[in-house]
Amino acid sequence: MPETILVVVEQREGKLNRVSWETIAAGQAIAGATGWPLEAAVVGTNAPSISPEVAGKKLAKVYAIESRKLDAYTPDAFAAGLKQFLATKQPKLVLMPHTYQVRDFVPKLATAMGRSVVSDCIGFKHESGKLLFTRQMFQGKLAADVSFAGDAPWFVTFQNGAFRADKAEAGASAAAVETVKVEIAEGVVRNQPQEVFKEAKQAVDLTQAEIIVAVGRGIKEQKNILIAKQLADALGGDLAASRPICDSGWLPMDRQIGSSGQTVAPKLYLALGISGAIQHIVGMKGSRAIVAVNKDSEAPIFEIADYAVVGNLFDIVPPLIEEVKKAKAGDSHG
Amino acid sequence: MKILVCMKQVPQKDAPLKLNESGTWIREDVSYEVNEPDAYALEEALRQREKHKGEVVVITSGPARAQQVLREALAKGADRAIHLEDEKFVGLDAFNTAKAIAAAIKDEPFDLIFTGLQSDDYGYAQTGVILAELLGWPHATIIMQIEKTDAGIRVKRELEAGYFQFVDMPLPAVLTIQSGINKLRYATLIGIKQAKNKPLRKVTLAEVGGAIGNNLQKIERLYVPQKTKKTEYIEGPAGEVAKKLVDKLRNELRVL
Ligand SMILES: Cc1cc2nc3c(=O)[nH]c(=O)nc-3n(C[C@H](O)[C@H](O)[C@H](O)COP(=O)(O)OP(=O)(O)OC[C@H]3O[C@@H](n4cnc5c(N)ncnc54)[C@H](O)[C@@H]3O)c2cc1C
Repeated sequence: MPETILVVVEQREGKLNRVSWETIAAGQAIAGATGWPLEAAVVGTNAPSISPEVAGKKLAKVYAIESRKLDAYTPDAFAAGLKQFLATKQPKLVLMPHTYQVRDFVPKLATAMGRSVVSDCIGFKHESGKLLFTRQMFQGKLAADVSFAGDAPWFVTFQNGAFRADKAEAGASAAAVETVKVEIAEGVVRNQPQEVFKEAKQAVDLTQAEIIVAVGRGIKEQKNILIAKQLADALGGDLAASRPICDSGWLPMDRQIGSSGQTVAPKLYLALGISGAIQHIVGMKGSRAIVAVNKDSEAPIFEIADYAVVGNLFDIVPPLIEEVKKAKAGDSHG
Repeated sequence: MKILVCMKQVPQKDAPLKLNESGTWIREDVSYEVNEPDAYALEEALRQREKHKGEVVVITSGPARAQQVLREALAKGADRAIHLEDEKFVGLDAFNTAKAIAAAIKDEPFDLIFTGLQSDDYGYAQTGVILAELLGWPHATIIMQIEKTDAGIRVKRELEAGYFQFVDMPLPAVLTIQSGINKLRYATLIGIKQAKNKPLRKVTLAEVGGAIGNNLQKIERLYVPQKTKKTEYIEGPAGEVAKKLVDKLRNELRVL
């Protein structure tokens, strides 16, 4: 059998998420480097309605994997259904987006097949015939190139934003769509998922904010939030935070920025004592300008900062508040 | 309820990391701490035991230094500990780590196994789910709440962008716990004293070696990521930095 690459995309209510398109772009790039044909699979009841959109991309084939048991997501059904499909297809590489859903079932799927997953990758390398997948380690402080040592299929998941969705090339003509029915026996699915919901209405909408001052664990104590608030007030901006600050209850949840909080794109994002973990970055990297203050010169936040201040925020912020006030008051010069 | 909590020792968050000579791992002479979500997993297990009675057992795989994580857990209230102790456990991939844990607990009937949702060092986010599959148990990930029900448990899964979902599931089960599910407690002096007399079982590599195979993935090299964005560093004494920043905000970014 020839070596193929299979991208398993993720849909919710009939729409692909952006990171699925990004993963198709990743697949196309790997296909370009290796010469292996690229195929895609859509899973679930809506598969037939989404498949045509997927088939418009440059792909050799699209599979719509169907079973009533795949209507609502459960790790048991997804692992069982995909295992059946992969056992007959035997692709070399299986690519998926590193979403909450995928990380819930892909380690189970791979284990059931005696295989392994290189998870949360940000890129790949093809060096003298060998495929390496690059992933962040130590919360982004280091990166690793990882190879597979076992048999195919090799499972790889790609991080949100690792590839560009708009780089996913359209095909010259639509790819053929094949419907594949999988059998998932009674009793396989043990979890009973309820409806997805959002917690009580958010009181704060930061998505329209023009200036955001965000604090991270570097702020050390709840009472120190005050200086960040003073800076935000001086700038006429809003206060936001990384997850640990909200977990501790120092600021309400609706001020959390990141994958489990809000996604913002202000003109100015001023990050105080935030390390720059990927789950935070996905929520603010679209900001027009990022200013980071961090005492660790190797903090990953500096990789995406436009302006960097390596130093103690408690030294920097008080004079900054004064300078901002002066600039605003004088409004000629301060 | 009898609950196992899988805990891992990882380099401290603020610790500067240095690469080893072959550039495949870090130099181990850093300070370590418990992986943050694992601390929440332990806290949740202690709270469940307070509500429903039972036992909390903690397990770690790692070299001698990793015992610290178990000692702290015992001081906070865990009943006993299991230490898969060997330098080699550090280099195992998630598949083999889960196999080693499964082998170490094969004679113990747990109702629940908790892990942190991912580790701060490798960040695979896989060991708990793999363990569930090896044991043939159901699992749920990124858990923010656990309630016992007549038929098993009801858990609250965190989803992306502020969404959640309740899931009903039977026991036994594996859950991966998200940071922030509860408020962490501190160890008390009495707890620290009592911990010294609590049982800690050591398991050698040889004892579980039969269950472990070759790693299915390999770190070829580890390195400091290359910066891709052009970043302007603003330097000088604090007062001067503040002046320069305000100048940028006003004249380059035009937000003042
Ligand atoms: C599934 C999942 C979802 C998540 N969702 C989110 C999310 O939505 N949002 C989010 O933010 N995180 C999220 N996280 C957590 C994320 O991985 C990080 O743990 C978190 O973002 C770290 O927050 P932090 O940068 O404030 O803390 P740390 O990583 O502890 O960083 C603190 C920083 O402060 C610096 N510092 C310390 N003292 C000072 C000082 N005096 N002056 C200047 N700098 C100082 C340190 O050098 C360090 O870089 C999620 C994680 C997971 C696994």
